[in-house]
Amino acid sequence: MKVLVAVKRVIDYNVKVRVKPDNTGVDLANVKMAMNPFCEIAVEEAVRLKEKGVATEIVVVSIGPKAAQEQIRTALALGADRGIHVETDEEVQSLEAAKLLKAVVDKEEPKLVILGKQSIDTDNNQTGQMLAALAGMAQGTFASEVVVEGEKVNVTREVDGGLVTVSLNLPAVVTTDLRLNEPRYASLPNIMKAKKKPLDNMSPADLGVDVAPRLSTLKVEAPAARQAGIKVADVAELVDKLKNEAKVI
Amino acid sequence: MSILVIAEHDNSSLKQATLNVVAAAKAVGGDIDVLVAGENCGAVGEDAAKIEGVNKVLVADNAAYGHFLAENLSLLVADLGKNYGHIFAVAGTTGKDFMPRVAALLDVAQVSDIIRVESEDTFVRPIYAGNAIATVKSSDDIKVVTVRPTAFDPVAGEGGSASVETVDGAHDAGTSSFVSEQLAESDRPDLGSAGIVISGGRGMQNGENFQMLEKVADLLGAAVGASRAAVDAGFVPNDMQVGQTGKIVAPQLYIAVGISGAIQHLAGMSDSKVIVAINKDEEAPIFQVADYGLVADLFEAVPQLEEELKKVL
Repeated sequence: MKVLVAVKRVIDYNVKVRVKPDNTGVDLANVKMAMNPFCEIAVEEAVRLKEKGVATEIVVVSIGPKAAQEQIRTALALGADRGIHVETDEEVQSLEAAKLLKAVVDKEEPKLVILGKQSIDTDNNQTGQMLAALAGMAQGTFASEVVVEGEKVNVTREVDGGLVTVSLNLPAVVTTDLRLNEPRYASLPNIMKAKKKPLDNMSPADLGVDVAPRLSTLKVEAPAARQAGIKVADVAELVDKLKNEAKVI
Repeated sequence: MSILVIAEHDNSSLKQATLNVVAAAKAVGGDIDVLVAGENCGAVGEDAAKIEGVNKVLVADNAAYGHFLAENLSLLVADLGKNYGHIFAVAGTTGKDFMPRVAALLDVAQVSDIIRVESEDTFVRPIYAGNAIATVKSSDDIKVVTVRPTAFDPVAGEGGSASVETVDGAHDAGTSSFVSEQLAESDRPDLGSAGIVISGGRGMQNGENFQMLEKVADLLGAAVGASRAAVDAGFVPNDMQVGQTGKIVAPQLYIAVGISGAIQHLAGMSDSKVIVAINKDEEAPIFQVADYGLVADLFEAVPQLEEELKKVL
């Protein structure tokens, strides 16, 4: 079966985020970018499905500027077979990303679409669910286990309070949570091989999708800084402060 | 325009976070209706009718909604919600699951995890794991919004007298089904809504040592949490994780034990009213956000804390 994986180029998770002085956004100039960590887990899961003989082809898609090709090449080096780059320099919000992915799904007709549960930049946690709704597919969000059985996939989901397992008709959408797997690193030979794998380029217009944003960001600010408090000498002083000063116990 | 709030519940009782979402809806202004969708959830409907400031409660009681499957719930909410100006739900794992589907079905954007209401179309939300705070304005006719419950003080759960209406029929997409669940059994309060939380990090060394925290938690009526490092190390299950990728908490008192204070953990707890840090490394970043820091070996300090608390409680 064919698996489609969507990946996003985001600020590297190790980079300290700084808000621009004019409050229009976050400073991304000369900042290290990388594949969103949850998307790495999505790629890994697809590769494992291929290694198990469940997946026969892995197509990786990314929406973004020219440089997003780096993240597609990374996914190809990790084991994806070919890439699709939906190239745009415009800001693409979740609903519009879902519409673009829906158009790709219509062309590629994958049995399974795997995405990260959220990207670590906008923290929206929307695109996979929106894609599933637009495509009329079932979804297994925040997955910690994915088991394909015939025409169904069983997904164990990380929910408040524990785990829930659902059975979904294929084709379906899965979004990854942290514990689904531990992504591998790409080997140098595979990085070299990835350069030769096919990568299609298209625009949102080619897919017939209007990506004009519905949400406008009025301002972006740094969070209020928390003041460091005091150090206490011992446990007795701590309990005394909590009881008599902070009055929280 | 009126507002539809989707109640969070377990088919037998209303989850407290619903009261925080109603508070957020009140900040928008307008009539507030509450939808209770589930199976054999009539008692929840009665609970919801008592919420302060609620105009009407809609009860959709059907097997299709019994396990809150997003495929079915989103069809119901989109169908009912098209007559409203706003649809609000808790930004928990249920709301995060079905609400983006609702937004897509209505062809509108969703505003996720808001922490403040600026006006009827403008909301404040954290991005980049709370390292930046964005103010966003929606140009859509229907605002689909998930609300971070800890950011709003709850309305009263008693004293209201809303009318209760039944929603007939069922939306069953027929594409998904419930198989099983493993929910953690605990007598302690829910991590997301507890007034006091005590969390352990990698410094706990193993899962058994969390029993030390549990003893303190039971004295204080607190919930027990963990850092991602402790979860990744396999000490405790993931539903205990506090942080960007786990639960966001904002209790009156947060006690961080053996937690260094990685950015991703701070994103989940730095809105707590009072933060206590116990760590043997005095350079640990957690001390930069702690109101009270204790530089000590946790294996000595935590049993002492238990003894001292027994004296004063």
